[in-house]
Amino acid sequence: MSRFNLNRRGFLKASAAAIAAGAVPMSMVEVAFADAAKNFTFAYISDAHIQQIKGTQFVNNWDRGLIRAVAETNLLDPKPDFVFFGGDLAQLGNKAELDHGAEMLSALKQKTYYVMGEHDYYLDLGEYWSKLFGPQYYSFDHKGVHFVVLNSILTYDDWTFKRWPTPEQRMLEMAGLDNPNGSPFMVGDKQRAWLKADLDKVAKSTPLIVFSHSPLQKLYKGWNFWTEDAEQVQALLKPFAKATVLYGHVHQIQYNQIGNITFHSVMATAWPWPYPQTYAQAQHAMPKLTIPINRADPFFERDATGWQFIDVDSGKIAATYQLYNNTSRKVLFNPKTGQPEDTQYQEPAKRIPPQEHY
Amino acid sequence: MTWRSRSSLWIATFAAGGLFALGLGSDARSDAPSSVPLGLPAVPIPADNPQTPDKIALGKKLFEDVRFSSTGKVSCATCHAAEKAFTDGPLVTSKGINDLRGTRNAPTVLNAAYFSTQFWDGRSPSLEDQSQHPFVNPVEMGLPNHDPILAIVRTDKDYVAAFGKVFGKSGNAITMKEVMQAIASFERTQISGNSPFDRFYFAGDAKALTAAQKRGFDVFLNKGRCVSCHVIEQTTALFTDHRFHNIGVGITKIQKDVPELATAFLKTRATLAEVDAKVLSDKRTSELGRLAVTRSFDDIGSFKTPTLRNVALTAPYMHDGSLKTLKLVVEHYNNGGITTPKERINDFVSGGIRPLKLTPAEINDLVAFLEALTSPEVAKATKAKGR
Repeated sequence: MSRFNLNRRGFLKASAAAIAAGAVPMSMVEVAFADAAKNFTFAYISDAHIQQIKGTQFVNNWDRGLIRAVAETNLLDPKPDFVFFGGDLAQLGNKAELDHGAEMLSALKQKTYYVMGEHDYYLDLGEYWSKLFGPQYYSFDHKGVHFVVLNSILTYDDWTFKRWPTPEQRMLEMAGLDNPNGSPFMVGDKQRAWLKADLDKVAKSTPLIVFSHSPLQKLYKGWNFWTEDAEQVQALLKPFAKATVLYGHVHQIQYNQIGNITFHSVMATAWPWPYPQTYAQAQHAMPKLTIPINRADPFFERDATGWQFIDVDSGKIAATYQLYNNTSRKVLFNPKTGQPEDTQYQEPAKRIPPQEHY
Repeated sequence: MTWRSRSSLWIATFAAGGLFALGLGSDARSDAPSSVPLGLPAVPIPADNPQTPDKIALGKKLFEDVRFSSTGKVSCATCHAAEKAFTDGPLVTSKGINDLRGTRNAPTVLNAAYFSTQFWDGRSPSLEDQSQHPFVNPVEMGLPNHDPILAIVRTDKDYVAAFGKVFGKSGNAITMKEVMQAIASFERTQISGNSPFDRFYFAGDAKALTAAQKRGFDVFLNKGRCVSCHVIEQTTALFTDHRFHNIGVGITKIQKDVPELATAFLKTRATLAEVDAKVLSDKRTSELGRLAVTRSFDDIGSFKTPTLRNVALTAPYMHDGSLKTLKLVVEHYNNGGITTPKERINDFVSGGIRPLKLTPAEINDLVAFLEALTSPEVAKATKAKGR
C-alpha cells in the first residue's frame, strides 16, 4: 500500500513544506511520495474563457490569465509529462475565440490534451473545436495509468436541436447561471456505452483518471455544477481500486470522495466563482462547504485564479494549486482517512474567510 | 457561465473591499499624534528600539560616516543624499566603492519608515535589518564583514561617548545590533507629508492644487487606476500597497531568458546574503525581482510598490532607473506594461496592468498631479543644494 500511495510520513512532510514555503516550489513536491520512480507529473490549465470583443480585440484579463498559466507551466522543473486543458477555452464558442486560445496554448512545450467545455460547444456543437483539437472523448495509457477524457457537457437532444432559433441563442442560454432556460449536463447513452467498452478492457487494479469538464457528481444544478447521469458514470468507475475524477467548470477548489472515487476540481485562469449560495429554480440542498475558497481580493484581477501542478502517485493524485496573489494550496489523497485533504486549510485558524456575496 | 453575472459579483466584493479600507483609515487617524505631517499616519516604532534625540543624532553620524566602506569613501548618504531627496539621482543605478555599479536605482529613505519590507524586492523585513547589508555588499560598501565597523565604533572617541550615552554600552558590548538600531532611528525621522495634495485632500484647501493637478488626481483615481497600488486612505496616504508587482519593467528586456534564469536560480539554495550579492551584481538575475526572495512563480519580475511622495524629486524612475521622466513612466503604464509599443508584454505581468487609453492631455494632467506630491521642506533641501 505505501509503495503506491502517499504514506502518512510523506503526507506530513509535504504539508510542513507547503506551510513553510507559502507557495510550494515545484521541486519539493517529489518528497511526498514513497516510490519516486513510479511518479509522474502533469499540469492542468482550465477555463480560460477567451472572449472576443470585436475583430482582433479580446478581453485583456482573460488573455493574460491564460498566457501566464502557459508561461508558468513551461517553467516547471522537473518537466511535466503532458499538459491538460480542461475546457471552456472560449467564452461564446466562435472561431476567433478558439483560434486565439489555441494560439496561446500552442506556446506549451509539452503534449497537450483537451477537454470539451460548454462554452466551446454550444455554438457549432463542437465542430470547430474538433477540427482544432481532435476527438471529444478518448482514452490513453501512460506509465501504467489509464486516462479517460469525456465530453460531459452534452444535454437532451430536444434542448440542443429543437429549442432554439439560432446557434448563438443556444450558446447564450447554456452560458447563463441560474437560467430557467438552461439544461443539465450529461455524458449521455452513447458515450457511456463507449466508456463501458473502453473500461472493460482495463484491469481493475489499473489506476484510472477520468477528465470531464463538469463535475461527475451532483453539486448544484442551477450553475451546472452537475452531471445528470453522474451516478451511471460513477457505477462504471466503481470496480476500479483507484479512480480519480478531475473536472473544471467550477472555478474553485473542490474535492470529494464517493466510495472509491476521488474528485478534484481545478481552478480557472479567467475568474474565480464563489461556492453557490443562491436560491434558484427549485429548492436544492447543497453539500455543506467545509473548507471554503481562499478569499479573493477584487483589487487584484488574477487573485484566486490559477492552474494546477498534478503529481500522479500511481493512481492517486496530489494537486498543487498555483494561485496568483494568493496562498498556493495542495490537495493530497490521505490514505489514512481515505479521502483527499487540503494540506494547509484543515485547521480553521489557518483559513482566510471567504467574502460574502450579496 | 456569463460574465454579466460575474460583473455584479465583482461590484459587490469591490464594495466590501472599500469598507475594509475605510476601517484601516480610521485606525491610523486615532493613533496619529499631532506632530506627524499632514497626510501621514503615526510612524511605527519597534517596541525594542524607542526613538531618542541622542540615538537619532548617533544614527545620522553613522549614516554619513564614509569609514564604513572598504575604500573609506562611501557612506549610506553617498547613495541616499539628503540634498537629493535621499537618492543619488540622476544616477540610473547606484555607484558604490571604486565606482562599481549596482543593478538598482537607489530608493529614497524618505517615508521608508512606513514600509513593511525594505529593498526593491522586500528581502529585508525592517529598517534595522536593512541597514547592515550595504556595508558588506561587494558592489556597495565592500567590507568583508562587519568587524571594521565595530572596531571604529568601539574606539573612536565620539562614538564611545555616544554609544555609552544612548545604549549604556562600551567595548565589545557594542554590536551591530546597536549600530543598526541607531541608523534605523535616524531614518524614522525622515518622514515628509504636507504636500499640495495633502493640503487639498486632507485639509480641504481647494486652492492647493492647480486645475491640471485636480484633473490629474481624477485620472489617478479612475481611468489611470494608479490608486489600486499607490493607495490613498481616508485620512492619510502612503501611496503604496506594500505589495510586489510585475509591471513589465526590466523583465521585459530579459524575458527570453526567464526559463533559464528562473530554473537556475530555483535549483540553487542561495542564502539571503548570497541573494543580496547576486541581485545587485548580476543584471539579469536582478530582473527576476521578488522571485529571488520568495522562490514563487507568483513573484517573477515583481518589485515593491514605492511611495509616490516627492516623486518629482527622485528621477530617474523604476527599480532599474530605466525611465528618465514621470511622463515616460505614465506612458509605460498607458502602454499596458511596455515602454515602447513594439515590445512584447511580459507573460508574467501582474493583473491590473493593462492598456489605459489615456489621452496626451490626461497623461500631462497625471504628471502634474504627481508633481503635487512634493513636501515643501524636501523641495527646499534639494533646491538649496542647487539641484
